[in-house]
Amino acid sequence: MGLVHEIDYGTPASRAEKQITLTVDGFEVTVPEGTSIMRASMDAGIAIPKLCATDMVDAFGSCRLCLVEIEGRNGTPSSCTTPVAEGMVVHTQTGRLKDIRRGVMELYISDHPLDCLTCAANGDCELQDMAGAVGLRDVRYGYDGDNHVFAKSWGALSDGTANMRWMPKDESNPYFTYDPSKCIVCSRCVRACEEVQGTFALTIEGRGFGSRVSPGMHQDFLSSECVSCGACVQACPTATLTEKSVIEIGQPERSVVTTCAYCGVGCSFKAEMRGDELVRMVPYKDGKANRGHSCVKGRFAYGYATHKERILNPMVREKITDPWREVTWEEAFAHIAGEFRRIQYQYGRGAIGGITSSRCTNEETYLVQKLIRQGFGNNNVDTCARVCHSPTGYGLGQTYGTSAGTQDFDSVEHSDVVMVIGANPAAGHPVFASRMKKRLRQGAKLIVIDPRRTETVKSPHVEASYHLPLKPGTNVAIVTAMAHVIVTEGLFDEAFIRERCDWSEFEDYAEFVSDKAYSPEAVEAFTGVEAETIRGAARLYATGGNGAIYYGLGVTEHSQGSTTVMGIANLAMLTGNIGRPGVGVNPLRGQNNVQGSCDMGSFPHELPGYRHVSGDAVRDIYEALWGVKIDTEPGLRIPNMLDAAVEGTFRGIYIQGEDILQSDPDTKHVSAGLAAMECVVVHDLFLNETARYAHVFLPGSTFLEKDGTFTNAERRINRVRKVMAPKNGLADWEVTQRLAQAMGLNWAYDHPSQIMDEIAQTTPSFANVCYDYLERMGSVQWPCNDKAPAGTPIMHVDGFVRGKGKFIRTEYVATDEKTGPRFPLLLTTGRILSQYNVGAQTRRTPNVIWHDEDVLEIHPHDAEQRGVRDGDWVRLTSRSGETTLRATITDKVAPGVVYTTFHHPDTQANVITTDYSDWATNCPEYKVTAVQVGPSNGPSRWQEEYEDLSRKSRRIEGHMEAAE
Amino acid sequence: MMQPQGTQTEAQVAAIIDEFKALEGPLLPILHGIQEEFGYVPQEALPVIAGALNLSNAEVHGVVTFYHDYRSKPAGRHVLKLCQAEACQSMGSDAVAAQVKTALGIGFHETAGDGSVTLEPVYCLGLCACAPAAMLDGEVIGRVDADAVAEIVREVRT
Repeated sequence: MGLVHEIDYGTPASRAEKQITLTVDGFEVTVPEGTSIMRASMDAGIAIPKLCATDMVDAFGSCRLCLVEIEGRNGTPSSCTTPVAEGMVVHTQTGRLKDIRRGVMELYISDHPLDCLTCAANGDCELQDMAGAVGLRDVRYGYDGDNHVFAKSWGALSDGTANMRWMPKDESNPYFTYDPSKCIVCSRCVRACEEVQGTFALTIEGRGFGSRVSPGMHQDFLSSECVSCGACVQACPTATLTEKSVIEIGQPERSVVTTCAYCGVGCSFKAEMRGDELVRMVPYKDGKANRGHSCVKGRFAYGYATHKERILNPMVREKITDPWREVTWEEAFAHIAGEFRRIQYQYGRGAIGGITSSRCTNEETYLVQKLIRQGFGNNNVDTCARVCHSPTGYGLGQTYGTSAGTQDFDSVEHSDVVMVIGANPAAGHPVFASRMKKRLRQGAKLIVIDPRRTETVKSPHVEASYHLPLKPGTNVAIVTAMAHVIVTEGLFDEAFIRERCDWSEFEDYAEFVSDKAYSPEAVEAFTGVEAETIRGAARLYATGGNGAIYYGLGVTEHSQGSTTVMGIANLAMLTGNIGRPGVGVNPLRGQNNVQGSCDMGSFPHELPGYRHVSGDAVRDIYEALWGVKIDTEPGLRIPNMLDAAVEGTFRGIYIQGEDILQSDPDTKHVSAGLAAMECVVVHDLFLNETARYAHVFLPGSTFLEKDGTFTNAERRINRVRKVMAPKNGLADWEVTQRLAQAMGLNWAYDHPSQIMDEIAQTTPSFANVCYDYLERMGSVQWPCNDKAPAGTPIMHVDGFVRGKGKFIRTEYVATDEKTGPRFPLLLTTGRILSQYNVGAQTRRTPNVIWHDEDVLEIHPHDAEQRGVRDGDWVRLTSRSGETTLRATITDKVAPGVVYTTFHHPDTQANVITTDYSDWATNCPEYKVTAVQVGPSNGPSRWQEEYEDLSRKSRRIEGHMEAAE
Repeated sequence: MMQPQGTQTEAQVAAIIDEFKALEGPLLPILHGIQEEFGYVPQEALPVIAGALNLSNAEVHGVVTFYHDYRSKPAGRHVLKLCQAEACQSMGSDAVAAQVKTALGIGFHETAGDGSVTLEPVYCLGLCACAPAAMLDGEVIGRVDADAVAEIVREVRT
C-alpha cells in the first residue's frame, strides 16, 4: 500500500485560460499564464529546491533556495515569485545556483539543532530533504554564536548562562507541539493560518535574527486565537509544529484516503497508519469538498474510536433496570429476531420499526430501510434528518424539484454576495467557512441573518455588510420582507423568471409579498430588525452580482421551517440566482451523511431517490427485486412512533447510530415512548443516552473500520475506506445483514460495493455510480446517470428539475411558543466548533479542553435584572422542563434572547425544548423556546437523579463499574 | 469607586483609535498616538486596536514587535539614541557609545535607576555627513565628541 504522496507544486494553480510555453532545463512545458516558474518546473517533473513555498498558500519568496537563472535576465530570481513568460528559458541547476543554495542551507543549519535521529520529523522533514538536495556537507559557522537552539550558551566560549533567544516547547495544544528551537521562520504556518484557515492567529514577532513565530500576542497556542485546525502543522516543513501522535508513535508507513465522519462538508483525509494504529489524519488536497483543509474535529478528534468506554460485545437484558449481560452475536441476533416476530404476532405487523443513521454509510442506511420494508413488512422507518433538514427536502422539492443543495462548494469562489441564514459555518461547518472567508477577503460581500452576533458575522478581515439580528421564530417574516423589497423596488430578474419559472405563480407571489404587511417597516416591530437593514440586505443580494444563499438549522428547526426554505428558494428565483457557479441555495448539512440517509429512502413515505411509496412503478422495482409486497401507505415518523408506543401500538425499534433521547426535543416524551416499548435495540459505539432504555445493545463500528460511501451537503458521493479491522468484529452493514438473516431474509452481500450496485440498479439518480467509478473519479455528485455521466456539480443549469420553478406563498404565522410573564426570554440552541452534535464522539477526545460544559449565553441587561453574574449557576425553565447550567454574560445575544449548546448530556438542553414542530415535516422547533432564567445553587434534583439512573443503566455483569 | 486600570486604558486607547481610524493604513498612526499618550504601547491596548480595525491580536502584536520604536514599558524621562550604523562606526561611534555608557552607568536598552534616561542604539539617523550622530528626545545631534557627550549627560541629569 504505502504512503499516498501528494505532489507539492509550490505555488497555487493559475486559473488563466491563456497558455504560456517556456523551456525548463531544456524541456518545453506549457502552463496557464500567471503560473510560477516553480510550478511550471514541477509540471515538467523538475523539483526546484524550496522551503518557504507550498501550494496551499501564495508565494512568499523568503527562503532564497528556489533561485533560478533565466536567459536574458540578470541575477537569480526566486522561481516561486517569478511568473512564466512566453519563450522563457530557465535553468534550475547551474554552478552559481548550487553555490548560493548551499550557502543558504549552511546558514539555516547553523541555527538548527542536529538531532535528526531523535527528531519526530525524521523521514518527513523538508529541511532534511533540502540539505540532501543541495549537497550540504559542512556548516562552517559552527554553533558557538548567537542561536535559538540551546537553552544555555554552548560551545568553547560558553559560560553556561541562559540563552535569552531560546524558547521552551509549547505543549499547550492537546494535539500538537510548537518547538521554537526548530523553527526556520519560513512563515508557512503564519500564511496557512491566514490564507487557508482565515483565523490570523499566528504572526512573526520581532525582526531579523530575533524573528519568531508567535501565536496571538506572544501567548501559547491554547490561549491564543488558534482554533486548532491543523493547517499550520500541515504547512510546517520541519518538526517545529508536529502532531503529538507522531511524536508518540513515529512516522506512518501507509495511508488510505477516506472521508471524515463529522459534519456535512465531507472532507477527504488521508488516514496515515502504522500497522493498524492510526498515526494521524491529514487533509487530502484532491478532496473536492475541502481542497486540502480541515478543522479540529476531522483532523484530530478521532480518539473516540479507541476510547475505553466503547462497547465491543453485544449485550442483552430482560428489563431496562437489569444490568447488561454480554452475549455472542448469534445470541443477540436470535434474541432480536425472536422478540420482533413475537411483537408483530402479538400487536400487528406495524408494531415495530427502525431509525437509520445519518452517521452511517449510504450502504448501511439502505440496508436498514430495506430490512424494515422487506423484513418488517412496513414503512416504519425514519431518520435523524427528521429533526434537522426534513424541511429542506420538502421545501426545495416543492419549489425546484430536488431535495438537495444546488451547488458544489467550489461555487463559493465565484460568489459576489454570500447570504448566510440561520447557520454559523465558523463553528458548524468550519472548512466551508474557511473557503467562504477566503472569497470574502477577496471582496465578496456578506449578509448574515442570525439572532446572535456569531463568529461568522465578524472575524479578522471579514465583516458582514448587513447583520439582521432577528428575534427567533421570525425567519419567514424577514425572508418575505426581503422579497417585498425586491418586488416593490423592481429588483427582480424578469427575464429569468419568464424563462425558468411559472409566470402566473410569480404574479401571484408578487401580489402577495407586495402587501404593506410584509414591508420591512411593518415587520420591524416583531422581528426586531431595523427596516433599513432589511432593505439594504435585500438590495445587496438582488443587485450585488452572483448571490449565493447558505442556510442551516436556524432555518429549518422552526414551526415554519418548510415555509422559510420555500421563501429562500423564492428569493433565489426572483433574482435569477440559480443554475450557474457562484449562486444557488445551499443547505449546510449537519451530519456527514444526512444527505445520503435521506437519498437512501430513510423516510417513511419515500423509497430511495425520494420516490413516494404510493407510486406503483417504484414499488414494482423493489417488489420484483425483494420478492415482497411493499406497503402503499407511509409508515410512522419518529414522533409518531413514540406517540404510538405510549398508546401501546408500537412495541419494538431498531435504532442504528442515533441518540434520540439526547438529540430529539422534549426528552421526557422520548423517554416515555422508549420506556413503553418491549424491545429497544440500540446499535451504537457507546452506551448512549437512548441505550438507557435499550434491551439489546449491538456494538457499532467506526468510519475507520468499514467500506462504504458518505454523501455530503453538495450531493458528493465520497468513498469511506476501511483502514483497520472493526474492533467490535463486524462492520455495521454486516450487523444489519446478520440481523436480516436471523429474521429469515436471504441477504448475501460480501462487500458494500454490491449494496451500491443494488442502489444504482434501482435508483435513477445513482444509475452510473459504482465503486470502480468512484475509484477512478475520486468522488461524484448525483445525479450521475447517462444524462450526466460525470455527475452534476451544479443543478438546474438549463431549467429546474421539476420543469418550471414554483413560487409558493410564504405567509408568516407566529409560532405558538410565545413569551409571556412566566417565560419572558427566548431560548435558541446551536453548536460550537470543538464539539459535535450530542458530543458522543468529541466528548471522548481532548476536544473537551475547549468546551467541557454547555453554558447559557445571556445579555448583560437580562443578567443584571435577574442578579446573574458571569459564571453563576442558573436555572433554565420552560413549559416542558428545567435544567441548570452556568451562565456567561455576552452581548452576542440580543436582550430577550438566551442561547446554549446541547453537546453534554448532563445539561440536557432538550429537556427544555418543546414538542412544537414544522407544519409540513414535523421537524422540531429547537430554535425557539420561551424560558425563564434564575439564579441556582447547582445541578437540579432532576439532573442528579438522571446522573444516578445513567450510572445504574450502564452496569454490565462481570465488569467493575467504570470509575469515571 | 475607582475604575479598574484596564478599563481606563482601554477608554483612552479607544479615543486615540477614533482619532486616526479614518486614515488609510491607520495602524501605525494609532500606535504612535498611543505611545505618545502613554510613553509606551500597553499590551492591553492591542486587542482593543485589533477589534476596532478588525485585525487579529496576533497581527497587531506582529507589527508592534517589528518596530523597535514601540516600547512595551515606559522609557526614562529622556531618550538618547546613538547611531551605530556603518558611517558612524567608521567615525568612532563605538568610542562615543563607550563614553556615554560609562558616564550614565547603563548599557543599551537600559534605563537609568533614577528613571532619568533610556539609552538605545539606532541604525542610521540619515545624518551620515555629520557622523557620529545621536538623537536626544527627538532632536538630532551631529559630530558627537567628548564635549558633546558631556553636554548631553549634563542635560539628561538635570
